[in-house]
Amino acid sequence: MNEPRALLILNNLSKTFGDNRVLDNFDLTIFDGEFFTLLGPSGCGKTTVLRMIAGLEETDSGNIQLDGQDIAQVPAEKRPVNTVFQSYALFPHMTVFDNVAFGLRMSGVAKEEIAPRVTEALEMVRLGEFAQRKPAQLSGGQQQRVAIARAVVNRPKLLLLDESLSALDYKLRQQMQIELKRLQRKLGITFVYVTHDQEEALSMSDRVVVMDKGKVQQLGTPREIYEQPANLFVAKFIGEINQLNGEIVAVDGNHEYEVKVEGLQWRLHAEHNFKAGDKVNVLLRPEDVRVEYIDDPHPDQYLVGTVIERNYKGKTLDSLIRLPSGIEVIASEFFDEDDPSFDYSLNQKVAIKWVPGWEVVLPHDV
Amino acid sequence: MAPIFRWGFLGLILTLIYLPILVLVVNSFNASKYGIKWGGFTFKWYEKFWNNDGLMGAALNSLTVSIVAASVATVIGTLAAVALHRYQFKGKALLSSMVFVSMLTPEIVMAISLLIVFMALGIKLGFISLVIGHITFCLPFVIVAVYSRLKGFDMKMLEAARDLGASESNIFWKIILPLALPAVASGWLLSFTLSLDDVIVSAFVTGPGYEILPLKVYSMVRVGVSPEVNAISTILLVVSLVLVVISQLLLREDK
Amino acid sequence: MTSSLGQFRFWAIGLASVWLTLFVFFPNLLVIITSFLTRDPQATVSLPINADSYVRTLDLLYLQVLWDSLRMSLLAMVFCLLIGYPFAMAIVSLPKRWQPVILFLVILPFWTNSLVRTYAIQFILGNQGIINKSLLGLGVIDKPLQLLYTQFAVILGLCYILLPFMVLPLYSALEKLDVRLHHAAKDLGAGPLKRFWYITVPLTSPGIVAGCLMVLLPAMGMFYISDLLGGAKNLLLGNVIKTQFLHTRDWPFGSAFSVILIVLLGFMLWLYFRAARFVNKQGGLNGADF
Repeated sequence: MNEPRALLILNNLSKTFGDNRVLDNFDLTIFDGEFFTLLGPSGCGKTTVLRMIAGLEETDSGNIQLDGQDIAQVPAEKRPVNTVFQSYALFPHMTVFDNVAFGLRMSGVAKEEIAPRVTEALEMVRLGEFAQRKPAQLSGGQQQRVAIARAVVNRPKLLLLDESLSALDYKLRQQMQIELKRLQRKLGITFVYVTHDQEEALSMSDRVVVMDKGKVQQLGTPREIYEQPANLFVAKFIGEINQLNGEIVAVDGNHEYEVKVEGLQWRLHAEHNFKAGDKVNVLLRPEDVRVEYIDDPHPDQYLVGTVIERNYKGKTLDSLIRLPSGIEVIASEFFDEDDPSFDYSLNQKVAIKWVPGWEVVLPHDV
Repeated sequence: MAPIFRWGFLGLILTLIYLPILVLVVNSFNASKYGIKWGGFTFKWYEKFWNNDGLMGAALNSLTVSIVAASVATVIGTLAAVALHRYQFKGKALLSSMVFVSMLTPEIVMAISLLIVFMALGIKLGFISLVIGHITFCLPFVIVAVYSRLKGFDMKMLEAARDLGASESNIFWKIILPLALPAVASGWLLSFTLSLDDVIVSAFVTGPGYEILPLKVYSMVRVGVSPEVNAISTILLVVSLVLVVISQLLLREDK
Repeated sequence: MTSSLGQFRFWAIGLASVWLTLFVFFPNLLVIITSFLTRDPQATVSLPINADSYVRTLDLLYLQVLWDSLRMSLLAMVFCLLIGYPFAMAIVSLPKRWQPVILFLVILPFWTNSLVRTYAIQFILGNQGIINKSLLGLGVIDKPLQLLYTQFAVILGLCYILLPFMVLPLYSALEKLDVRLHHAAKDLGAGPLKRFWYITVPLTSPGIVAGCLMVLLPAMGMFYISDLLGGAKNLLLGNVIKTQFLHTRDWPFGSAFSVILIVLLGFMLWLYFRAARFVNKQGGLNGADF
């Protein structure tokens, strides 16, 4: 098993637009052959990073190394990097074939080589018969695929995708996500993908960096990001999260703590180091919350709450439960038609618990 | 392109464009007859123009023709622009193409075509033929000006008006016209200046008895440089300039 | 309700349609018809329909004038394009709030009296004009250059008057160019020159054709420019037509020359719509390249 090779190293990148510090000492390393995603809300700087890698945006400071070479001063047209743009940016006056061949022609690839390579690229995105059409005659999804073919045909070292799927409707997006992943595996090219859709990021990527306000919030695999959010921002941005307030009562040792939550004392696990008296956030994913009838026997500790909303969502039944302290907890349970215990009504009192260890305890961010 | 080259190039071309105009205006105040040397500041050429009955008569005629032509062209053109924008009708494409083509037709072709049709229809050459000719070449400009403005309209607003019971006529007078007024006024002003300055069409469709200023200037100018012409020219330039600036300001105000 | 809808609509559509049909469509038809008629001193034109007028246009003398006129107009068009394209590009690269201002400054002269402006050129080109005086003063030459009453003067005059007509459609086309296409081309390895050739020029081709059309055709007809700046020798097609209609009164002959212009117009319009289709736009009033 080969040691992953660092293909792209971003060091201390910064960029300011007017008064807005869009990127703040941003560091990142991307490995060869991975599907890497930059995830964050709009304005977090992810697109700026992408454009800097492509060469379409200048850095205020910092350097960019691609395959060991410093490319910050290299103009965009000379970088072995290609972009799939959000608006596709297909050339309206050229056929699909000429669009895809454009990059090859610009770099002076031999004429005899162009046609077979273009055909190959079009076959890969399953648009072989559309070669002589013009972009205006294609649907959104087809235009998207031409844009991808146009980029990959050049065999770039890095393929950049800027929110490429955002213009497509839901079903098409799901399809394209699978296709992109398949394509990436087949080509072996490193993909750098930018999106604000966390579901997309989690389903396609090998690794994700979550960004906010020009800074790295967390870097890791989709699983790490989802199950072990490093801070409150990441926890809230990815999926839904329940946030309970707690206070460290005692340190049990080996990352186990006695924590007071909602008036009861719990033995919880935390990756961070705390001392007695620290205020903490106890985070729970909705699907990790267990709801049970209050009248049933409860061998373990539980919280009491009132059901104030029920939402049947097809796959799951989501309940909103208010605790005595006023905090509202979302519980998402797989709906089993035959299980009578799913018949909560509004204003019914229920018991809330969770499997120990599934919680995440973080320092209290103000 | 580096900013300095940009501005430099633009500045150069603009200077070259305005240079002859500047020289002309300056010379209209030049006491020296041939404009070779500066002979001192004077208004005498303007006085000569003012006192020249022939020239003043021609000027008055020009004003009359231009006012009438601009007004009629504005009415027809505004209505046409509204029709092209709002309605679907048989021959809409044909009308639209006729407008487009008439804008592109070289003036000389328009001039002789009008001359021929006047002969065919038995229209005598003089005031009437002049006005008709001027209306014809002003029309496309009014249509384009008003149509462009209408394109920026919120169509839903007009539908709401219909929903509330307004007839087409009401919609035009109470909603479209007031909102499009800057474009309409601008169209009038532009028609007026185009008409006032016209030489080519006028040369063909004017009658022997009816003199207009541009043609009189034309005959004077063919002989060579003449100081009264400088004065008249300056006046014409200034009038056009002022009118165009006003019309542009009108258009801009509402944006 | 329908009657008032009908009435307003009727007048709105009707007025313009009648006017344009009567004074644009019909007259142009008549020009074509007239070119096939014969000259008649009493009734101006009379029946024997023949193609004599066209045959006479092939006379060497007229052919020469036609050719010179075409050449001068084409040169004027080319110079307008060579100056106008960079000019339009410069305007487009200005910050948004300056663009209308500069555009206005270029268009403004168009709305003033072209005859007067042509006359003003005499002050520049004449033997006592600015150019000669400066060159004499600087000692570069010792007798005045003959600049006026030359082909050069006519071409300069045409450019001077018609430049705004080239700049407007070019600006309009350049302004509509999607800058993201440039980014994509850059990303795919095209440097500035290649981007200009493969992206900018093809995508602004309708504007280019429109601009050329709006310079070339009027240029051939502007007889007063030839009168004022060209002297007796450098005639434009417009001069010939004018002479035939107003002096010689040979209308069929004059019409034949006009038909040549109309045919040229038709050809260029065809080019324009071809170019518009090439870049997948509609062209015409809706294409709003003006």
